[in-house]
Amino acid sequence: MIFSTKPEMATQEIQPNETLTNLKAESDTLKTKLEDERAKLHDVELHQVAEKVDGLGQFIMKTRRTLKGHGNKVLCMDWCKDKRRIVSSSQDGKVIVWDAFTTNKEHAVTMPCTWVMACAYAPSGCAVACGGLDNKCSVYPLSLDKNENLAAKKKSVAMHTNYLSACSFTNSDMQILTSSGDGTCALWDVESGQLLQSFHGHAADVLCLDLAPSETGNTFVSGGCDKKANVWDMRSGQCIQSFETHESDINSVRYYPSGDAFASGSDDATCRLYDLRADREVAIYSKESIIFGASSVDFSLSGRLLFGGYNDYTINVWDVLKGTRVSILFGHENRVSTLRLSPDGTAFCSGSWDHTLRIWA
Amino acid sequence: MTIRTLRDYGQHYRPRMACLKNVEVFVVEMQDPKSGVKGADQKLNVTIIPHVINGQDVLAWIVTKMKVTTEEAQAFGTMLVAYGYIYPLQNHRKLVLVPDSTLYRFQTPYFWPVQKWPAEDIDYAIYLARRNIRKKGMLEPYEQQHYDNLHKWMNPKWDFIVMQATEQYKANKERKKPDRVVLDCQERAYWIVHRPPVLTFDVVRRTNIFLTQALMRSAVKSSVSLTAFVKFVTTHHNHDPFLTTPVPSNPWITDSDEFWQLNSRSVDIPTKLSVERWVLSFWELISDPRGRVDFKLFLKKEHSAENMAFYEAAEEMRWGAASAIPEKSQFIFNTFLKPGAPRWINIDGRTMGLTVKGLVVPHRYVLDAAQTHIFLLMKKDTFYRYLKSPVHKDMQKRALVPAPHVFTDAQLEANVRNRNPGISPILQWQQEEEEKAAAAVAARPIDVKAMVATNKLDRK
Repeated sequence: MIFSTKPEMATQEIQPNETLTNLKAESDTLKTKLEDERAKLHDVELHQVAEKVDGLGQFIMKTRRTLKGHGNKVLCMDWCKDKRRIVSSSQDGKVIVWDAFTTNKEHAVTMPCTWVMACAYAPSGCAVACGGLDNKCSVYPLSLDKNENLAAKKKSVAMHTNYLSACSFTNSDMQILTSSGDGTCALWDVESGQLLQSFHGHAADVLCLDLAPSETGNTFVSGGCDKKANVWDMRSGQCIQSFETHESDINSVRYYPSGDAFASGSDDATCRLYDLRADREVAIYSKESIIFGASSVDFSLSGRLLFGGYNDYTINVWDVLKGTRVSILFGHENRVSTLRLSPDGTAFCSGSWDHTLRIWA
Repeated sequence: MTIRTLRDYGQHYRPRMACLKNVEVFVVEMQDPKSGVKGADQKLNVTIIPHVINGQDVLAWIVTKMKVTTEEAQAFGTMLVAYGYIYPLQNHRKLVLVPDSTLYRFQTPYFWPVQKWPAEDIDYAIYLARRNIRKKGMLEPYEQQHYDNLHKWMNPKWDFIVMQATEQYKANKERKKPDRVVLDCQERAYWIVHRPPVLTFDVVRRTNIFLTQALMRSAVKSSVSLTAFVKFVTTHHNHDPFLTTPVPSNPWITDSDEFWQLNSRSVDIPTKLSVERWVLSFWELISDPRGRVDFKLFLKKEHSAENMAFYEAAEEMRWGAASAIPEKSQFIFNTFLKPGAPRWINIDGRTMGLTVKGLVVPHRYVLDAAQTHIFLLMKKDTFYRYLKSPVHKDMQKRALVPAPHVFTDAQLEANVRNRNPGISPILQWQQEEEEKAAAAVAARPIDVKAMVATNKLDRK
């Protein structure tokens, strides 16, 4: 496509008094009004509320497993619901399924493209999805037979017009949510490859997404190169909330365990916490000595700790409530590109450009 | 001299400018003749190299300036070398900061990573500058925006750009008028494709609709929502393995997977911690597979198992394959919704009416209203009765409190050697599907007529 990829760009009829200047003026008035309304509810800060909470003690977090086997930069990883298996993808096109507990490799697939930037484990544990520079998201059913060629059963599900930056299964193996460098997110039916819903609103590449853990399970958040984090309603395709406080690309977004907030990690070297009910940013996790961008973030099970993988090869652990840094973890020999907590919260896994994955506990 | 290009095709194609801008502030300070890192002339082989610094001094400067630990300063220093702001004189390949007398030099700003602009931006800047020279104020509003942006970002190169633009303008004047017009059109078309207008009516209109909707939505006071976070953290503190050591032990630390075995879906007696977690909320109860089993047991005793069955069937339809929707909706209607259905669910008339009407043309969200109603019913009523029930109280008494593992070094080593491979999730899934199928068969109502027909009912 030559012009914009957004179909709604076709202009509607312009009313006589509706000039661009008038519309922009209306925008500004509405924005100010919204800010005023939100400011009225802004009666306390997070660290004030957190004063009554006990401080955290010293943490001993070490690398408990190092998974070596990728021949190039590890770009993405995801946990299986069985709490011990993971899938990881790398720049050389390889997607590997590991039993991280025993460090054995269980399956390996070679994608036809390089830079597999997204991978996800299906909720049933029977398939994995991955994609990257091929602009597609493909699903590979896993097999108990070690000799079976997984690539033979590959199913192409999503088709975007630019690279695939993130993908995630919803509550079942039958639907996948994807985000892409073409500025859109999309929901797909795995079996038929049909596009169920598309989400337009980002003005630049969308880099990350996360599904809400709530009871209703109808929303997800996405972050993009336009510095915005948008919350979407999966049913209608509408953007219901938008936050633009970061100063650079948002590399990672993750919901707070209760579903009422989410954290984001950005190239501006900060991680931020956004309160969905109060509709505003409530905390910034930064330090003068942290200059390099955060590539990936995740919460601990209770939401007290925020783990952030950074481009300066380190992992910083933040106290979410008090806003302080609790620990800094060294070990990777290159940029940390991906980080996720295990499903039962007993450990988290970090993947790096140094070709390895590490399990920390 | 290694000049590193920062086209990282990692998560996105563009160089990571934001952090590099901050880094450059530091690098400039480091080179300050008075307060920066001290450099000296150094004789290397035969040549004398001016302004050489050593790793130790760099590290010490970072520690003092940024007030950090040596470890952190080491990490940051290595970043400076990795990105090419400082380069090692001898060992070119290894781009690490070594905190001893290893020699380094500062890279000249011309080669700093930020300078590697994609060619298109330079061309576009020249194009816009040239348009400006021709007729001041001839740029469209969006072009003016682009121009201002480029002027900001490319300031150091601006003289070069204006120079190029002037040259091109002069060369253009030499051309014949028709050629000039054609070239103008071609260029204009090219840039409209590669630098499309940023703001259109539709974008602004959509923003206004979004803002209006945001104003209509009610938000909550910070004191309320923030207190909720604190409450969540506090109630889940004991369940967070990073804050409270899991019992009997964290499998990743001791290499014993007993913790997973005790919390599995099919375990007879759950752990006390699990049971405590189920009490926290209805959602926690049904999210834990073992908890859901317990809840279903209670529902069976109460003879209201159809609610959970309906909820699960509706979830399956909502998240399932598009092709299965007509079949599933038919099954759900026949089993749960139609008058006289074998597992009829008790929802209010209005919701039932809407749902049945919607099922004429089923789509995946057609059961949303009914599903929400049933979920809320279970959450607000059934859940509390469950908590007071003998089933639950009995489970609370019987729940295990596993003793924490105390492994000797030898035992730990043995654990490493004997790590349990566990069951493949594929097998686990197959097992669960078989169980579900068996349960579905068992839940089907007995057809008396059919049994009589096959003489299963002995009437003697």
